[in-house]
Amino acid sequence: MNVVLAKNETGRALSDSFALARDRLPGGGKVAEARNTAFEAYERVGLPHRRLEEWKYTDLRALMREVLPLAAAPDAAALKQAAAAVKLQAIKGARRLVLVDGVFAPKLSELEGLEKGVTVRTLRDVLETGDAALQTQLFTPDNANPMVALNSAMMTDGVVIEIADGIVLKQPLQVIHVASGATPAAMFTRSLLRLGKDTGATLVESYIAAEGAKAYQAHDSLIVAIGDNSRLDHVRLVEDGRDAFNISSAVITLGAHAHFNTFGMTSGAAVSRYQATIAFAGEGSRVETNGVNLLNGRQHADTTLFMDHAVPHCASREVFRAVVDDRGHSVFQGRIIVRPDAQKTDAKMMTRALLLSDDAEADNKPELEIFADDVTCGHGATTGALDESLLFYLRARGLSEKEAQALLIQAFVGEAIESIVNDDLRELAIAAAQRWLEARA
Amino acid sequence: MSLLEVKDLKVRVEDNEILHGLTLTVNPGEVHAIMGPNGSGKSTLSHVIAGKPGYEVTDGQILFKGEDLLEMEPDERAAKGVFLAFQYPVEIPGVATMNFLRTALNAQRKERGESEFSTPDFLKKVREVAKSLNIPQDMLKRGVNVGFSGGEKKRNEILQMALFEPAVCILDEMDSGLDIDALRIAADGVNALRSPDRAMVVITHYQRLLNYIVPDFVHVMSKGRVVKSGGKDLALELEASGYTQFEDAA
Repeated sequence: MNVVLAKNETGRALSDSFALARDRLPGGGKVAEARNTAFEAYERVGLPHRRLEEWKYTDLRALMREVLPLAAAPDAAALKQAAAAVKLQAIKGARRLVLVDGVFAPKLSELEGLEKGVTVRTLRDVLETGDAALQTQLFTPDNANPMVALNSAMMTDGVVIEIADGIVLKQPLQVIHVASGATPAAMFTRSLLRLGKDTGATLVESYIAAEGAKAYQAHDSLIVAIGDNSRLDHVRLVEDGRDAFNISSAVITLGAHAHFNTFGMTSGAAVSRYQATIAFAGEGSRVETNGVNLLNGRQHADTTLFMDHAVPHCASREVFRAVVDDRGHSVFQGRIIVRPDAQKTDAKMMTRALLLSDDAEADNKPELEIFADDVTCGHGATTGALDESLLFYLRARGLSEKEAQALLIQAFVGEAIESIVNDDLRELAIAAAQRWLEARA
Repeated sequence: MSLLEVKDLKVRVEDNEILHGLTLTVNPGEVHAIMGPNGSGKSTLSHVIAGKPGYEVTDGQILFKGEDLLEMEPDERAAKGVFLAFQYPVEIPGVATMNFLRTALNAQRKERGESEFSTPDFLKKVREVAKSLNIPQDMLKRGVNVGFSGGEKKRNEILQMALFEPAVCILDEMDSGLDIDALRIAADGVNALRSPDRAMVVITHYQRLLNYIVPDFVHVMSKGRVVKSGGKDLALELEASGYTQFEDAA
């Protein structure tokens, strides 16, 4: 009874704010209809709670309690704050696309001199004036997931990038989400990356807070379509403020003989959830997904991956490492489905957690559903503390306890970080890990 | 002043007393050999000097240059100049040897209030020492001791000893698992580090090692005590007559 009440209260407050925000949400006609449908889908469940199997470790009703009102569009002061924060994330040679408080910031972004065959538009622009096919694609994520539905209803801005057949981008695309506000608020963003056939690209997503940003909520989603014979390298770094929430979803589809290499690391935010569906739509494709959680204090980070093998001759690798200190809580849920037609699938998943305190928690839930008979599938998981004999060896060589721990933690997450192909991006990830290690020292 | 003074040291692990009042004095420039049968407490002594957790000192003291060593963390002891060459050096996958060496050396220097080594100076120094110990460069790029043979692991210990320039070196069963050629290379490395300012405590089960590292003093340990001390000839005597004669004495 209590739960039903809570849901209604949350729902009512939000439906008011949805009504209030309507005028600021881009897109009329079919887009507005799709928003309404999505919002109704969200309202039926409300914030997900522990009795929903997929959310049993991440009860947003308990952790987040409510969805905050839509953030105001950034003013000059906010943009200035954001610009300072963005500087710290700069990578040599990357094309920067910045969203401040959920709104695309052209002045902080680099849109000039786009390579031939590449188009970049804002989500707002596409929802207001884009063609119907593109708009439909933006609504493909499944409203059955309440947080996806909420994002579909409220999405305000983002970037829509299209790469034409045969174009191999040398310059990484870096999408930076910055929260500037001292007023608690929510931002809702959605981005789309469409790679044609025979293409290649690198996408970096960073989530950061400007100085003074408080308990904001970042609700983001990403849709990626990778064409035949194409390759996407993807790096995702969550360094949100320590009072912030980051609820993100991704839907990635691969054509034939495509390759998706993705690395994600969460070292920021109070509560975060990253839920990604990776679907093989063409034969002979390959996915490597590597993830790292670095958590301390009372941080909670949930990575939920769904690998959908629907066609034959595809391979997937999932490597996940969690380092949890204090009362941190790391969650990894990895579901692999191998559908009846997906013969010769090769799918593996390995997770390891390092617990640095007695109160640290790491939950690991592998789910393998295999409906084809000629496949190689496996998963493994370990949880443990730092090896005392290694710590003593390092201390006997002059390293303090924290230094010795830091070196062993770096080694522990190193395997996942090494999966990043681009040197500059690997450095970016190492620097983020370093910031977390230094903050705990 | 003595470099290292172990005075009437009593150590227990859980409910078992391992050292029952051990006394040992080591002066600069001296090489001491500690011999004794398995279980006599030789390795325990080395661990307690280095500060390994899990040992309870119930009585006695260890002074290093007059300072109470037992009050110091293991890393402080290292920075002060205490070095333990491990009997079984651990493998640390994911930590490149070169990175480990630099981090350790600079941590010690920082603790002593010295400036960090510049990269070129550091590299030059490591290369020189590695060459003298027959350690190939590509070994330094690998994870610490990962995939190293027994001999390579021991040489890596001596490499660190040469690099950190400690005042006292405790060599715990350096000869275990080494064939005669590997033993010779390791012993040559140790001998090269002998100096009037530096002392060594060589812990071994067999006299063989002492043919290569010739000690000034030999101590026989049995059941947690030093039961006999003498010159280098004592080791030869032991080789001929064995440890049994001391078991009763203890």
